[in-house]
Amino acid sequence: MLRSDVSPGRALPASASQETGAVSADDLVQLVTPDGVRHEDPVYDLMVTDVDDEQLTDLYEDLVVVRRFDTEAVALQRQGQIGLWPPLLGQEAAQVGSARALRSDDFVFTSYRENGVAYCRGALPTDLVRVWRGTALTGWDPRSIGMATPQVMVGAQTLHATGYALGCAKDGVDSVAVAYFGDGATSKGDVHEAMVFAASLAAPVIFFCQNNQWAISEPVGLQAQRPIADRAPGMGIPSIRVDGNDVLAVLAATRIALDRARRGDGPTFIEAVTYRIGPHTTSDDPTRYVDAADEASWVAKEPIARLERLLRARGALSDERASRIAQKADAFAAAMREGCYALPDPDPLSIFDDVFVDRHPALERQRSQHAAYLAMFEGGED
Amino acid sequence: MATMTMVAALSSGLRHALDDDPTVVLIGEDIGRLGGVFRVTDGLQRDFGADRVMDAPLAEAGMVGVAVGLAYRGFRPVVEIQFDGFVYPAIDQLVTQVARIHYRTAGAVRMPITVRIPYGGGIGAVEHHSESPEAYFAHTPGLRVVTCAHPQDAHTMIRQAIACDDPVVFLEPKRRYWVKGEVDDGLALDPPLDRARVVVEGADVTLAAYGPLVVTARDAAIAALDDGLSVEVVDLRSLSPLDLDTLEASVRKTGRLVITHEAQRNGGLGAEIAASITDRCFDVLKAAPARVTGFDTPYPASKVEDHFLPDLDRLLDAVDRVMGRAHSLTGWRAS
Repeated sequence: MLRSDVSPGRALPASASQETGAVSADDLVQLVTPDGVRHEDPVYDLMVTDVDDEQLTDLYEDLVVVRRFDTEAVALQRQGQIGLWPPLLGQEAAQVGSARALRSDDFVFTSYRENGVAYCRGALPTDLVRVWRGTALTGWDPRSIGMATPQVMVGAQTLHATGYALGCAKDGVDSVAVAYFGDGATSKGDVHEAMVFAASLAAPVIFFCQNNQWAISEPVGLQAQRPIADRAPGMGIPSIRVDGNDVLAVLAATRIALDRARRGDGPTFIEAVTYRIGPHTTSDDPTRYVDAADEASWVAKEPIARLERLLRARGALSDERASRIAQKADAFAAAMREGCYALPDPDPLSIFDDVFVDRHPALERQRSQHAAYLAMFEGGED
Repeated sequence: MATMTMVAALSSGLRHALDDDPTVVLIGEDIGRLGGVFRVTDGLQRDFGADRVMDAPLAEAGMVGVAVGLAYRGFRPVVEIQFDGFVYPAIDQLVTQVARIHYRTAGAVRMPITVRIPYGGGIGAVEHHSESPEAYFAHTPGLRVVTCAHPQDAHTMIRQAIACDDPVVFLEPKRRYWVKGEVDDGLALDPPLDRARVVVEGADVTLAAYGPLVVTARDAAIAALDDGLSVEVVDLRSLSPLDLDTLEASVRKTGRLVITHEAQRNGGLGAEIAASITDRCFDVLKAAPARVTGFDTPYPASKVEDHFLPDLDRLLDAVDRVMGRAHSLTGWRAS
């Protein structure tokens, strides 16, 4: 189910490069149906043979925690505690399934919506709201969790991931870089340039596109007249179109791409087909452009309910376990809220910090002048 | 010490950098087998391999964005933009990413990227091959912007720029590429990367120039002697940050300032320098600072580019103006 594999027989496990027949409607790789039925796939099942019920339950826990803190962050915005939040409601499986396939020495370059990825990479509760509260421009030290500061400029990070991947190859390690971006970004020049560099230079990078159907109000049809995954083979990059609401299928697809990258076969493009159930950000009003019936059809395919049905049917998820998961999710959300409240405003003069590594006399002059200006107000109320 | 062109001096500097630091990688269009359109990277891919001297797809934003990723990984990329007019597609990555990732990450991630750009006019080129885009970069916090005027500075400054932990936009005056000069590779002859240098001492007027016009300014200083005027020429070298201390010391001595650049006047470096020096030296200035620049037009066709570019006579005319001499060509007087 790899689309237009440019190197048949080399890119994939032997059986995978062959046509396997329709695995699901709409030509999507799918291992768990929206009804919660495990769909057997002779190719992608091979990538998840190690995922037992316990591990599947762990993935379920991740989905629940991610949705819980995402919901909490929206509440924090509504209460005026943070300025903005880009909800990921509905995209939990695409983010968790891909991020949980990675090793700690891999490195991800994401957009601003990948808070579920950040959670999986090890971002702490407070780290997730730091930027949105306006107390810093980064939530974390990128190298501490193998994740760059989420990118605000749409698509710019795909080039950074490609460059990082080339660096991994130069260093002789099998670490992989992953670029996360959305369907809107696929119209950007940076994304195309990244794919050309990656293909020509065989960079060990994964282009992970979450097609959530929307770029703010613009439907994906304005960005692409064919499935987005079809664009990559023309660049010489094999692609996979996966049900982005199926955490197991996303895990399997990402592992295939990782294997290709680690053994020197270059980039892979994954289109994870999902749906942004909420607004673009807390400032958006999707009632102006979303068709309610269309949305309802996607909500019926959302990622958590299907996995819960599967686990319950297998007897793998007891009420007691589900309760513990909910408690963990609540605790994470509570820690995020408390951490948010406790974030101190930065020192005013810190705006001059870290513009340059080496000394910069003009900036030092501005800092000292502003410090002197501020000092005039000290004790002014006496 | 050897005599060589600026191209050879730059090439030698890049070779030193590749030798000294295994994390240095070169990225650019046609820089490999061809050795670059100006041959600055001649032989480097042969000697250091295609892994370190990389021919890039024809995508300037791509080159700079890939350099960001390499820097994240701990490399020290040197990007060659083929011509000044081709840098604009990369300005997004330079302004929104390269310039501020160190700031964005609160100092956690450095961007020791050098972007080499052959710039300026005077070579009879077609459109987009004679631009002076320095003001765009100098206006951007987080970028260092430097330029060289002769082979020795070219050699030393490119090595200093690559070794610098901040991103550096390195502007190479392409019409001086083939001028020869003495070059010592001992790194001891030049001041730090962010310092200006007095290249001709004088008492009556300070003439601040950089890049391709330093030679023109020296010629003007020599010509002015015939007129009984002593002109001090300051080669600014660093355009961001500006070494205003060195310039101020000169103006405090002369009391007069002429600034020249090929770039258009509006919002240019000359305006910033004039304002800053007026701020610092108002008490000693005997005339308002004068600017001699390219006009506020797009760069013209090559048969008339000499009218656009500041030359010896226009510099001398400005010197006359700040001296308050009535015979200034423009008839304009400072007083």
